[in-house]
Amino acid sequence: MGRYILRRLLQLIPVFIGTTFIIYSLVWALPGDPFAGKCGSRACPEAYVQMMTEKYNLDEPLPVQYVLYLGQLFQGNFGETFSGLEVSTLIQNAYPVTIKLAAIALVFEAVIGIAAGILTALRGNGFVDNLVLAATLFLIAVPVFVSGFVVQIVFGVQLGWMNPSVSTDPTIGELVVPGLILGSLSMAYIARLTRTAMFENKRADYIRTANAKGLKPRRVVSVHMLRNSLIPVITFIGTDFGALMGGAIVTEGIFNIPGIGNLVFQAIGGQEGTTVTGVVTLLVIVYLLMNLLVDILYAALDPRIRYD
Amino acid sequence: MSATDESTGGSTKPRLLEVEDLHVEFRTREATANVLNGVGYHVDAGETLAVLGESGSGKSVTAQSVMGILDTPPGFVTKGAIRYRGEELLAATEDRRRELRGENMAMIFQDALSALNPVYTVGFQIAEQFRFRRGMSRKDAMAKAAEMLDMVKIPNAKQRVKEFPHQFSGGMRQRAMIAMSLALDPDLLIADEPTTALDVTVQAQIMDLLDELRRERGMGMILITHDLGVVAEVADRIAVMYAGRVVEESDAESLYERPAHPYTEGLMESIPRLDQKGEQLASIKGLPPNLANIPEGCPFHPRCHRATDECRRKVPELLELRPGRYSACHFAEELISSE
Repeated sequence: MGRYILRRLLQLIPVFIGTTFIIYSLVWALPGDPFAGKCGSRACPEAYVQMMTEKYNLDEPLPVQYVLYLGQLFQGNFGETFSGLEVSTLIQNAYPVTIKLAAIALVFEAVIGIAAGILTALRGNGFVDNLVLAATLFLIAVPVFVSGFVVQIVFGVQLGWMNPSVSTDPTIGELVVPGLILGSLSMAYIARLTRTAMFENKRADYIRTANAKGLKPRRVVSVHMLRNSLIPVITFIGTDFGALMGGAIVTEGIFNIPGIGNLVFQAIGGQEGTTVTGVVTLLVIVYLLMNLLVDILYAALDPRIRYD
Repeated sequence: MSATDESTGGSTKPRLLEVEDLHVEFRTREATANVLNGVGYHVDAGETLAVLGESGSGKSVTAQSVMGILDTPPGFVTKGAIRYRGEELLAATEDRRRELRGENMAMIFQDALSALNPVYTVGFQIAEQFRFRRGMSRKDAMAKAAEMLDMVKIPNAKQRVKEFPHQFSGGMRQRAMIAMSLALDPDLLIADEPTTALDVTVQAQIMDLLDELRRERGMGMILITHDLGVVAEVADRIAVMYAGRVVEESDAESLYERPAHPYTEGLMESIPRLDQKGEQLASIKGLPPNLANIPEGCPFHPRCHRATDECRRKVPELLELRPGRYSACHFAEELISSE
């Protein structure tokens, strides 16, 4: 297992170099002049443009620019935005918000999704089952930018039960509704995934064995059926958490949440190559580490899987 | 039914297990299959009853009904009686039946790999019974589990309790399954094709082990199989099932000597024999009946070389021909006194 983890960590290196290079090239390959419109209605003074060009090595060929950038990055320097803000400070400000939002979405989708899945699987083909199937289908069919705006308008604007957008330093309470919106799609998938896995395992031979041993139904379900059924679900949740940690551009945009998704979105708009590359690099690493965590968790849940 | 006559006399001690006129239906949206149509057999303490028959004859369904682990739906017991030491199980509460499982009657299954939970250690699955049925601590229960593995002759039991089912070989897995079923010391063991999934050499070892344990513990055993070779060595009595009924019941020796039902005859002829090398293997022609549409009269008649008009019209009853010998065939008397 130790060797497996080491191998996986080593694999991060080429992935890291590949993704940063692609993102770096893509951002600078965007059409348009990054300094157009930076200085109000007038064109920027020649001296400013020259200074910035020098500072960001924009005269050099792209590979050289990239290597210079990478060199800075390895010294822990994420660089500065065009307006002189430290990119690392921006990340420090934005990431806690995104983590809070991701955590809310994750708890919601895991708890409600798994509970709904178990409930429908145990009840069989009754009213509850149909209700959950219809509700989850609805959630899967409606995109987040629709449900987000609808909730914002109905509950935020018309009924006034909540603020239409969050404050600059949002509390957990403010993030609950956006978190539910963000987690709703995955919640629907988790409910269906759990339900299918439970249905499959319900008729498994080892469940019959557990019954033949005279175990109480509660133990048969919660120990023998659930553990096996949750293996695919946990995998999904782990991967999804990796994605959530990458920020939610749409949800953060609707509720004006100053998270990592918003940061990236605005940086792309301003052609802030340093910011975009820095943030996305971080997100890639987080995602890869989350995936590694899922794989390790997977082996812990299913002893048949060994990585040696 | 007739096999249970003696016990209904009154003062005699009740049988260990008695199944009487058991009917089970499988209901699906398309059709209702009559899986059991009046099964009756009994087992006494210390004896082995072999239940023989092709796939779909109802051997396993009867066993699952006895254990109370029939999947409902689709399976429904519609009629009949199952008595354990005189106690009517079909009238008992679900809690009572669960109490009996493991403690009084236990079952082992054909494919130990799928019958054991893949994500828990073998020890955990045996210890579970000690923990939740006997209230033992985790540690004591694990020690007992190791003892059980030792009892079924798994070498290095203390280490192996910590292993998972997939780390065991096929034979070892079935031994572990046996250890698990015997954990709470039941007095009735149902073995549902315990050796079908195993190598021939391992089959013999497992059968020997089962027979030895049964003798030591004075258990009654129901051995479900379609392998006549397995039966010959260990069975005291044999019940042959066809289309959800017992069609012949006899002590093992007499049945081997002279079957009293054409279906049993067919089964015996389909055993490969060394002295008939090169000859074509005899098998019973045709297929077992569709249980949603069992033929009128004797259900075996479409496949029977003796079938007459009477067979097509009238269902033969299971009748006692000689003491302890029963057959459900219109020609039973002829068969038994032939040669």
